[in-house]
Amino acid sequence: MSAPRTGRDWPLWEVFVRTRGGLSHRHVGSVHAPDSEIALRHARDTYTRRMEGVSLWVVRSSEITASDPGQADAMFAPAEDKVYRHPTFYDIPDVVKHM
Amino acid sequence: MPSLPTIQPADEDAAARASHRGAFDARVAEAPDVGLHEYALRLGDDALVLGQRLTEWCGHAPSVEVDLSLANLSLDLIGQATLFLTLAGDVEGKGRDADRLAFHRDVLAFRNCLMVEQPNRDFARTIARHFLFSTAQHALMAALTRSTEPRLAEIAAKAVKELRYHVDLSADWVIRLGDGTEESRARMIDGLDWHWRFVDELFQMDAIETDLAARRIAVDRASFRPGFDAKLAEVLGAAGLPLPTYPRAVVGGRKGHHSEHLGHLLAIMQYLPRTYPDATW
Repeated sequence: MSAPRTGRDWPLWEVFVRTRGGLSHRHVGSVHAPDSEIALRHARDTYTRRMEGVSLWVVRSSEITASDPGQADAMFAPAEDKVYRHPTFYDIPDVVKHM
Repeated sequence: MPSLPTIQPADEDAAARASHRGAFDARVAEAPDVGLHEYALRLGDDALVLGQRLTEWCGHAPSVEVDLSLANLSLDLIGQATLFLTLAGDVEGKGRDADRLAFHRDVLAFRNCLMVEQPNRDFARTIARHFLFSTAQHALMAALTRSTEPRLAEIAAKAVKELRYHVDLSADWVIRLGDGTEESRARMIDGLDWHWRFVDELFQMDAIETDLAARRIAVDRASFRPGFDAKLAEVLGAAGLPLPTYPRAVVGGRKGHHSEHLGHLLAIMQYLPRTYPDATW
């Protein structure tokens, strides 16, 4: 339950909110909290006060492995000239939502 | 021969002056239900005074997240207070609305229990009070959802969901502070000990509430004590905290016998509407 701590501050947690059923959780921000349960409570009180969500996730920020901005060219540039990967050459049926 | 006497101009004048304005199906003015008025005041004042107390943490909480968290509890309570005081004013029938009752009564007319008016002191004592109060209040509201007074049942149905969260949140903190550092544990023990003397009043019955309970409008508060004790044992056990044992209970809030702290709280809360009586917000 409790996370290892380095300084006097509570660790940081990233917050993800599902706004309604069928949609995926989206990152909305972060909170400080001593453990995951309190992090959920803080996320609830900070990010869903105006009925923004039906489900919450919190993840320790230190558990996230991020890509290196210095390597952005190698990571993302090769996709630039592959326009055929967009599904724009098809008609999407109306019944398919949230694509 | 007509079956009813002819209506005279004097009768029409009398009808127009009556509160129901002469509508033939208007209810005859009943004597206000004094007991229900008093009960709604007690419930409203408990929520209002605790809600106001919690606002004192705004900008002063241990972290910005806790600041929002406490403000959120406060807003739930002030929302409940608005509904209960509106009901109290309606039942009384003298035209006093929730604002009138909240801002234009003096300390002796307040009917809240003594626990809610106590100063916040530190975060642990605030959490101790919130855990004790909301555990008792949640049981009360859950039972009041079955009240034969529909307006009371509707308010309780809204409040019970909010108070469920208050119990869970404050229990989480009791466990973390009790099972935390030496200092947080000492403060948590002090907070619970300090508020223990005001617990009995949460379960106190008097003639007014006994009468309302017999009419199934209210419920017997004393019946919630075993559940309260069990919840307390469960949470304090998880926190590794001893059960509080303050020897003497203090009561009197329901009769308007308050501690010195309530007057100071009201002075701050009531200052604006009393200084600027026509202000709107």
